[in-house]
Amino acid sequence: MESLYPPIVNGKAVYDLESQKYLKMWQGPQHPGVTGNMSLELDICGDEVIKCDTHVGYLHRGFEKLMERRRYINCFPIVCRICVPEPDTNEYLFATAMEDLMGMEIPERALWLRTLNLELSRLASFLMWIGGQSGAFGMGTVAQWTIAYRDYVLDLFEEWTGARIYHMYMTPGGVRGALPEGWVNRAHKVLDGASKLLDEIRHVMLNNAIFKQRAVGLGTITPDMMDRYGIVGPNARGSGVARDIRMDMPYLVYPLLDFNIETESAGDAYARTVVRWKEIHQSISLIRQILAKMPQSGAVHTTLPNVLHLKVPAGQTYVRAESTRGEYGYFMVSDGSEFPRKVTVRGPSYTHAMALLEDLAVGVNIADIAGLMVSLHTYPPEIER
Amino acid sequence: MEQLYNNLSLQFELNDFMLRHGTQASFIAKREQLVSLLTNLRDIHGYTHLVMVTCVDWLEDKLFQLTYIVHNHHDQSDIIVKVLIDRDMPEMDSIHHLWEQGRVFQRELHEMFGISFPGSPGQDEPMILEGWQGPPPMRRDFDTKEYCEANYSNRERDSREPEEHMQRKLYPED
Repeated sequence: MESLYPPIVNGKAVYDLESQKYLKMWQGPQHPGVTGNMSLELDICGDEVIKCDTHVGYLHRGFEKLMERRRYINCFPIVCRICVPEPDTNEYLFATAMEDLMGMEIPERALWLRTLNLELSRLASFLMWIGGQSGAFGMGTVAQWTIAYRDYVLDLFEEWTGARIYHMYMTPGGVRGALPEGWVNRAHKVLDGASKLLDEIRHVMLNNAIFKQRAVGLGTITPDMMDRYGIVGPNARGSGVARDIRMDMPYLVYPLLDFNIETESAGDAYARTVVRWKEIHQSISLIRQILAKMPQSGAVHTTLPNVLHLKVPAGQTYVRAESTRGEYGYFMVSDGSEFPRKVTVRGPSYTHAMALLEDLAVGVNIADIAGLMVSLHTYPPEIER
Repeated sequence: MEQLYNNLSLQFELNDFMLRHGTQASFIAKREQLVSLLTNLRDIHGYTHLVMVTCVDWLEDKLFQLTYIVHNHHDQSDIIVKVLIDRDMPEMDSIHHLWEQGRVFQRELHEMFGISFPGSPGQDEPMILEGWQGPPPMRRDFDTKEYCEANYSNRERDSREPEEHMQRKLYPED
């Protein structure tokens, strides 16, 4: 039988478009779920993808360049915009990198509040993601439930920090304030509802025959691909590689909390969905533990010198945290002046959405491309910064 | 980490060793030895995870500091390898054969800083800045404001007052 794949000449595939065997199709830049604006240039034979090229640049706002011309505290409102559904990781890492270079200690209560903020934002981001994953396979119902439920979590954020999406809460030196009165009770109510919702999602989505048929075996990642492609987070844990920065390199108050690394072994889109479903349960449990254990009084912020004239000692540091998509890192270089010399953001999507997706997409049915893309949980703003 | 540095120093020309928090080591390596150093770290010392490749522009010293961060999953330590290259003729050996994602990092550095990585797949294709004509924008001597004023704002417009501008546009003879 004649090969589906075109002949390779000088390292490039040559398509005989006259043969009417191939079709070039673009998916995006309008996004098919929660993947953000990036486009895939797909070469298709029949309904099978034989080549995929990713194109980014639709969300480039030049964050890293903007930060070079701003004082440290002016950079702070910029960083959260690098990732829309989960901005708090950026805030935390920017603040930590600064505190690390300045040798600053932050109060214990602020550590607890930061952990609570990070976990709550993980919950919101996962709820949005699970809606995107089901929506990409044509199950709009689950998407409506979870994205509506995410709004309750955003309500909690609004009451706590004053903002729904970009909280700008973890300022360098601590956090902006303590929890409002009665917030804990309302948070417990939302968490109860989220647990119930997860059970329904298990019935409707994880046990759904159509979802299983499409997700099982889709985009299989094997453990030997981990380091070659730089795979981190739930994408790695879905392949049975137990790596979680909260456990491996503990930060904030995670060592005081009780949790396990959730893994699955199949490595396909279904396994990744199950891992993330379990991690939503984990987030809910962690938030409950934090609310029970956290100190009720004490300072939430250290005294800082005038932030508009703040000079950070010269140095270079790399800090990291576990976001919903895996390792998120900030490399900050200071030359001793009032402006950062360079801040580089390492978003997990950088490796997942470019090198990995291009290889996983080959051989996939055209209808499953959106599902594959969402199952890697990518956000293009992290690539373009 | 000091021991590892001393062992590596026997083989490679390294200097400026620094250690943060006991697990994050950084040092400067020679440009020609970088690929063999990273191969050594990856295959012998277990630094299998390439975290990022980035560049810091030291405009005053006319140098680019290429920064490679590698991570060891067994003892959870990081090594930050810095390489200083000439800013005027920036060229560096490619590491795309060691890590698949290396080519993506290198493609971005080529576009944003104008650093050439001979042999790196697809580095000449635009990644983020499609149709960009100007100089590499992440270099520190690239002035965003000047570039915008020269290329984008107030073209054929000599007044910022809308009323005045429309009057001149619609009734140029008055």
